[in-house]
Amino acid sequence: MPETLTHSSEGQAEWPMPRAATCPFDPPPALKSLQSEAPVSRVRIWDGSTPWLITRYEHTRALLGDPRISSDATRPGFPRTAGSAQSDTRAPLSFINMDDPEHARLRRMVTAPFAIKRIEALRPAVQRIVDDSIDTMLAGPKPVDLVEALALPIPSLVICELLGVPYEDHDLFQHNTKVLVKLSTAREESAAALTALTDYLERLLTSKLERPGNDLLSDIATRRVATGELTQREAARMGVLLLIAGHETTANMIALGTCALLQNPDQLALLRDAPDAKTTASAVEELLRYLNITHNGRRRVALEDIEIGGETIRAGDGLIIAGDIANRDPDVFPDPDRLDITRNARRHVAFGFGVHQCLGQPLARLELQVVYSTLYRRIPALALAIEPDQVRYKHDGAVYGVYELPVTW
Amino acid sequence: MHVEVDQPKCVASGQCVMLAPGVFDQDDDGIVELLDADPAPEHHDDVRESAAVCPAAAIRLTEK
Ligand code: SF4
Repeated sequence: MPETLTHSSEGQAEWPMPRAATCPFDPPPALKSLQSEAPVSRVRIWDGSTPWLITRYEHTRALLGDPRISSDATRPGFPRTAGSAQSDTRAPLSFINMDDPEHARLRRMVTAPFAIKRIEALRPAVQRIVDDSIDTMLAGPKPVDLVEALALPIPSLVICELLGVPYEDHDLFQHNTKVLVKLSTAREESAAALTALTDYLERLLTSKLERPGNDLLSDIATRRVATGELTQREAARMGVLLLIAGHETTANMIALGTCALLQNPDQLALLRDAPDAKTTASAVEELLRYLNITHNGRRRVALEDIEIGGETIRAGDGLIIAGDIANRDPDVFPDPDRLDITRNARRHVAFGFGVHQCLGQPLARLELQVVYSTLYRRIPALALAIEPDQVRYKHDGAVYGVYELPVTW
Repeated sequence: MHVEVDQPKCVASGQCVMLAPGVFDQDDDGIVELLDADPAPEHHDDVRESAAVCPAAAIRLTEK
């Protein structure tokens, strides 16, 4: 019964819900039913708890912008992710799991390099990285896995440069990141990966204190750790957060975005034949909306009673706010299941909303704009090297995407 | 149209600067700075869009 909800014995739908096998880019059909029939309703998650599930765009923005809900994963009632190292640790992964004013204090320490003008100044460097990666790919054998050849190395090289992490160490951080973002990873394994990454960042921060460079980690080491504003461990956790966030999301947007475009050749042609900044920027926003790769919902817990959508969320109740279905809300995006790079998709919530909205979004936009405007123009014959139904999608990933994307030209 | 910004609320997402660079800027820490509190009509659409996408509700508009 793929079109209906799976109900537990107590009557609540189970979360997460499966996608339809035939529509790998669409959110689960059961989410669509909930959005129209019961937009604020309870679901049952892996640990037996029953948080609220929010599915409408309007409610999503209202709640994510509401100071009465908390991101503090250590509070009772917070809907935890299965397998996550965060499930049983008291130490939050930096400001992402904190509330204001502590969240704002820490976040503001790292906002400077993500300001629009500073990110724009990186455009030539990002263009060079993208061109070099494509040159290498074209010089090698085909078919080739686009994930290994472009999608992973490009964001990895960019975030390493920005943070001041030696790219030579990429085996260590790519491996541990992979373990951390896989939902099926056992909790001990995920905790070990988190520790390995934190230890690595801590060693790096120590060496930056001795020999600072012109990068974000040197800045944190000399301006925040040396002054006692942050402990070495807090700074390392912040570094882990930025390193993971900079990697996994953009890599998946490059590969999954290409996979979607190859299966929507009219849209790909529009993008390729008009490589102006406006068309590219609009295509990036639409692909962010349509794919919404952070597909496991944003987790929160209510601090006070909140009335929304005819329901009362009580203080202490958990919330899962499903951005993927909010981005398909027909009240905001007409014909929402159609990929249309000419629509104005700017109001999507793929980066979240409220004070926790993605800090790295200007960098993500820049990287995606450069990749999408370069790749299909330089390789107009780019094509899938397997049948579309053989692509392996990351159903079990904290971030949605493809495990590999064999392409040829 | 009159524009006000609430710097303590701003989370430095930069969206306003991207959409309406003549009206908004960012300081050294990425926090919004208002360049033009009474923008010319040709900027109004972009300013409205900035206020609509600002994740922190840090931009307030009064339409006159
Ligand atoms: S859009 Fe809002 S949060 Fe982002 S920089 Fe502008 S004022 Fe700040």
